[in-house]
Amino acid sequence: MSTQANPSSAPSPWRDPVILLAVPAVLYLLVVYAYPLLWLLMKSFTGPSGLTIQPYISFMSDPFNWRVIGNTLRVAAWVTLFCFVIGYPAAFALARAGTVVQIVMLVSIILPLSIGAVVKAFAWQIVLRRDGVVSQLLVGLGIWDEPQRLLFTETGLVLGAANIFLPFMILPIYSVVKLIDPRLSEAGATLGATPLYSFTHVTLPLTLPGIVSGVAFVFSMSVSMFVIPSLLIGDRFQTLATLTGRSFLLMRNEQLGSTTAVILLTLAVAIVVGSTWLARRLGGST
Amino acid sequence: MTATERLTRTFVWFIAAFTVVFLMTPLIVTIAVSFGSSTVFTLPPPDWSLRWYQRLANTRGLLPALMVSVQVAAISTAIAMVLGTLCAIALVRGRFPGREAIATFLISPLMLPGLVIGIAMLQGFKALGLRDVYASLFVAHVVITLPYVVRTVVGALSLFDFSLIDAARTLGCNYPMALMRVLVPALAPAFLTSGMFAFLASMDNYPISIFFTDAWTKTLPIQMLQYVEETPDPTIAAISAGLVLLAILVLIIGDRLVGLRKLADF
Repeated sequence: MSTQANPSSAPSPWRDPVILLAVPAVLYLLVVYAYPLLWLLMKSFTGPSGLTIQPYISFMSDPFNWRVIGNTLRVAAWVTLFCFVIGYPAAFALARAGTVVQIVMLVSIILPLSIGAVVKAFAWQIVLRRDGVVSQLLVGLGIWDEPQRLLFTETGLVLGAANIFLPFMILPIYSVVKLIDPRLSEAGATLGATPLYSFTHVTLPLTLPGIVSGVAFVFSMSVSMFVIPSLLIGDRFQTLATLTGRSFLLMRNEQLGSTTAVILLTLAVAIVVGSTWLARRLGGST
Repeated sequence: MTATERLTRTFVWFIAAFTVVFLMTPLIVTIAVSFGSSTVFTLPPPDWSLRWYQRLANTRGLLPALMVSVQVAAISTAIAMVLGTLCAIALVRGRFPGREAIATFLISPLMLPGLVIGIAMLQGFKALGLRDVYASLFVAHVVITLPYVVRTVVGALSLFDFSLIDAARTLGCNYPMALMRVLVPALAPAFLTSGMFAFLASMDNYPISIFFTDAWTKTLPIQMLQYVEETPDPTIAAISAGLVLLAILVLIIGDRLVGLRKLADF
């Protein structure tokens, strides 16, 4: 046995030479990624006379900005809900399907992943028009009396965004569902559990880690999406991300942009930290 | 089978069918519109034609933008593969504190808003004196591609049995040869999957690239979005359909080399 079998015999864990292999990547990200982000954070708290939270106070005292935050969270919540309601059963179908169905489903999940958001959002512009596929379908089914335009509405935005983010809900859930032995629920049934009971007590807890990572993925992507709202709903409707983009790219208002950018960053970090913590807790309990 | 079970099963299959149709809709619509003759996006098109494909060659800016995107994606993916693989080995093999924190840090660009990263980098690069458009795009896109490589290669390495390398050395290989003959083939699927997704993520990136492009050098998504806003005609559908075909090709190759199910390992 080598010395590796007994790590405590090493004088210091930092002496392990393999750590050097991580240095280039970590150093790279520190210089071009972490340092700029910290700088942005610092600058947003720096006024003409030193440290200040004035930009945040004036941002929060404007009711328009509260609407922007509300828009961001509401749309992200609807997109996440839509993706979950479709994605959860779809992940089960994908895991339990026969070869042919599984291939069809995998192709329809992976292929759109390899095509850019600009292309897909552009396609949804066509789909959501008054004479588009969705409108025709709903009129044909008798749900709508006459064709309506969904483009440039919140519903249209949610539909388009959910379409683009759905694979990121299905795949993490699929990765845990495929590990579950289908005989578990049969065993439960033999022992007298109703299907509902065995779902809530066996299947659901086992899939929770997948749900957490899928929800975290979709929610954080929906909060920070920028191209999709600008194509599907336009400038009337502002989210934190579109406001950040506009204030840097169009209005040249770096003060406002830095403030919204930091709020967006905080939100994203909270989602990452929260979901990691949840996943670890769930992982530990199973 | 009980009634509840049958109902659940029907529901699940209904959702599965809906998912397939829903996910494929934008691709099918794009392809259908690109072969239509109408200048507005009518479905079904009144007549079929290739006029938008012919126009593609004469549309200023789209092909150069495609070239820029391919170059930036290829080079940044290559750099990310080297940096990411080295780092993944350290993360899996090393015994030092904070390994998990480092892994999270390396994957974090994937989870943070691209726009915010772009803004921060724009100011950071200015402070570092980096003004060249190409260089900025390369440097920025390595940050986009690195997380894909680290995530997938760490996953593959933690399943790899390192005693195989010792076995190869016992059988007469020297250390680099053992790595080449045992480790590299075992990691090949991970390289392919992560390389593919990293490349596509770079090709697709809008919110970071937008801060580093100028009037002369644009990446494809930026040129396309500008085109959609200025002249909304199916030329953009033609180039999109081209990208869909390219993606299908890549997917077929990926399936042949590592299998579709592996590609879904997320």
